[in-house]
Amino acid sequence: MEALQDSGTWEQILRVVSLSDYNTRVVILGTTALGIACGLIGSFMLLRKRSLMADAVSHATLPGIAVAFMVMVAWGGSGKWLPGLLAGAALSGLLGMGLVLVIGKYTRIKEDAALGIVLSVFFGLGVSLLGLIQKMREGSAAGLESFIYGKTASMLTSDALLIGAVAALSIGVVVLLFKEFCLLCFDQDFAAAQGFPVGKLDVLLMTLVVLVTVIGLQAVGLILVIALLIIPPAAARFWTEKLLPLAVIAAAFGGLGGALGAALSAVVPKLPAGAVIVLTNSLFFVLSLIFGSARGVLVRFRQQYQLSRKVGRQHLMRALFECTEDEHREVVSFAELLACRSWTSSRLRSLLGRASRDGLIEGSADGVRLTSAGEEQASRIVRNHRLWELYLINYADIAPSHVDRDADRVEHVLDPATIRRLEELLKEEQKAAPKLSSPHPIERSASS
Amino acid sequence: MSQDKSNNGHLPDEHSDSAPLSIHDMTVAYHRKPVLWDIDLDIPEGKLVGIIGPNGAGKSTLIKAVLDLVPRASGRVMMYGKPYSEQRHLVAYVPQRESVDWDFPVSALDVVTMGLYGKLGWFRPVGQKHRDLAREALDRVGMGEYADRQISQLSGGQQQRVFLARALVQDATIYFMDEPFAGVDAATEKAIITLLSSLRSAGKTVLVVHHDLQTIPEYFDFLLMLNMRVVAAGPTSEVFNEENLRKTYGGRLTMLDAVGHKLGRTSA
Repeated sequence: MEALQDSGTWEQILRVVSLSDYNTRVVILGTTALGIACGLIGSFMLLRKRSLMADAVSHATLPGIAVAFMVMVAWGGSGKWLPGLLAGAALSGLLGMGLVLVIGKYTRIKEDAALGIVLSVFFGLGVSLLGLIQKMREGSAAGLESFIYGKTASMLTSDALLIGAVAALSIGVVVLLFKEFCLLCFDQDFAAAQGFPVGKLDVLLMTLVVLVTVIGLQAVGLILVIALLIIPPAAARFWTEKLLPLAVIAAAFGGLGGALGAALSAVVPKLPAGAVIVLTNSLFFVLSLIFGSARGVLVRFRQQYQLSRKVGRQHLMRALFECTEDEHREVVSFAELLACRSWTSSRLRSLLGRASRDGLIEGSADGVRLTSAGEEQASRIVRNHRLWELYLINYADIAPSHVDRDADRVEHVLDPATIRRLEELLKEEQKAAPKLSSPHPIERSASS
Repeated sequence: MSQDKSNNGHLPDEHSDSAPLSIHDMTVAYHRKPVLWDIDLDIPEGKLVGIIGPNGAGKSTLIKAVLDLVPRASGRVMMYGKPYSEQRHLVAYVPQRESVDWDFPVSALDVVTMGLYGKLGWFRPVGQKHRDLAREALDRVGMGEYADRQISQLSGGQQQRVFLARALVQDATIYFMDEPFAGVDAATEKAIITLLSSLRSAGKTVLVVHHDLQTIPEYFDFLLMLNMRVVAAGPTSEVFNEENLRKTYGGRLTMLDAVGHKLGRTSA
């Protein structure tokens, strides 16, 4: 907090935002590339229902880091050479992943249990090794813990470049093999039958997961790196029903989250970048959940609302039509309409109000009547309803006494193509009666 | 040439190189428990072949073992005299509909183009030409107007048709279909069987895992009755009789099953 009031803070913000500081710039670019790679690869993991595999992999890296440190110290180094540590992390990550797959394949233990076993055993081993290192040579191991929670602040330009390079490589592989990964995730057997080596493709995909997990260790830490792989694709799913846009949106969310998180943590020195990156991504997720154009909550609500409005309108029009169908009058009273269906008077009133605003009905002294536009719409609705009823009676063996209610549920979702097909099917009946009458006696009391 | 072979095609030990599919002494095991024993048969060319048998008889496993999707404990499989790995371009496969996630973010057209991935080969993206081919295949199964629908918005029967279109676009000579009639409505079943018959008329060989015994004489001209071993294989008119049905479906706990169970136990 003190830092924020410091007069130098604004200068610092300006430096971050304008990307004028070389190191900050490289770090932000590195985490952006990491986010993009994680979003892309995470999309396939999400579709392959293997999202949690990355969690096992990331926890499995810890013993590798510790062993790599020990080996490098034994050879006389300081033990903190990043590429060496990451290579160790990658090796033990791969080992952990391989173990999960092998346990799942050759024993009867399910993959989720295998995941839990590998995750906890490797992490426990890693923590123990870190403890040993601490005892072995005081102080020199300090910093290895940063792999658990992540520490962008300690990132050097060379580290960020390494992250960026590996991320770029992973992105390249996914772009090249997009079609193959898609087939692998959707229908593995079909891919294998066409001659694709699904086992190798699977290992390649998992290796990419290990790679992005390992380079994500320093930025966000092994506990949170899973979030980068899961959250952006899950958020992207709310916006699209197509795979390519899904991957692109997930990559965009991931990249943006990485950039914003790293920038924020550069502005506020004590803020851990990993947590901020994850929180930024979660914000995208919540926004997508609510506003997503394909599966978001708001869209769902709107569809529900529109359907209920449409159903209400059709019920009203049909009631008006059927009340006056065989009689020489046009006006239907409110009480009569109320008895037609099990609707409340307030619901009926709002339906009538809306229909009158749309010019389908007009009020008169003792009730309402259909306008000519209303008459046209109502007869079409009634016709569809009866077509569907006839279909149910003739082809689905439903008793005429039950057909009204079943037809009621479906007719509102009939599309023009279906109606055309119904008409073809029922040509005979239509010829017999051009003005389709109801195939069952119409009940006037509230029956449904 | 294939005419005379088709008559005795089901006789073992006289395998022919011209048969679209010949299986030699194949045994398949899961976790060392055998699910298929000593399968040995030839399928004649240009037939619509039904594969029937009770649950757990190994019908799907037979197809998967033939297509190298599950390992064979022993035996070999030939298609027109060559192993499957050299004849992939001749084969189309329709897996069980439940085997995939229909909430996957792809359209019907996308799924059908997947049938072309094998011919496309590595790295090459799908082009307009391939999408046109896929659209044609969708039209053939009456799904042309649903090409751009996301697959979860299709009914079970429509999803099955999409799978069939994906097999059609593979432009194969031998078709393997795992329960294409499962969970489809009567109209779709009729459309599918019409399509299969037209494939047969075009000289293709079609193998279909089927469940409804009543429609067998009507649909299939060659029958493979399976219950962990081949109970009978031959023209439907010859093998589809009460005795074979009883052998196929009656008494689940046959000797083989019992021994298989024991083998599974000792290995576990």
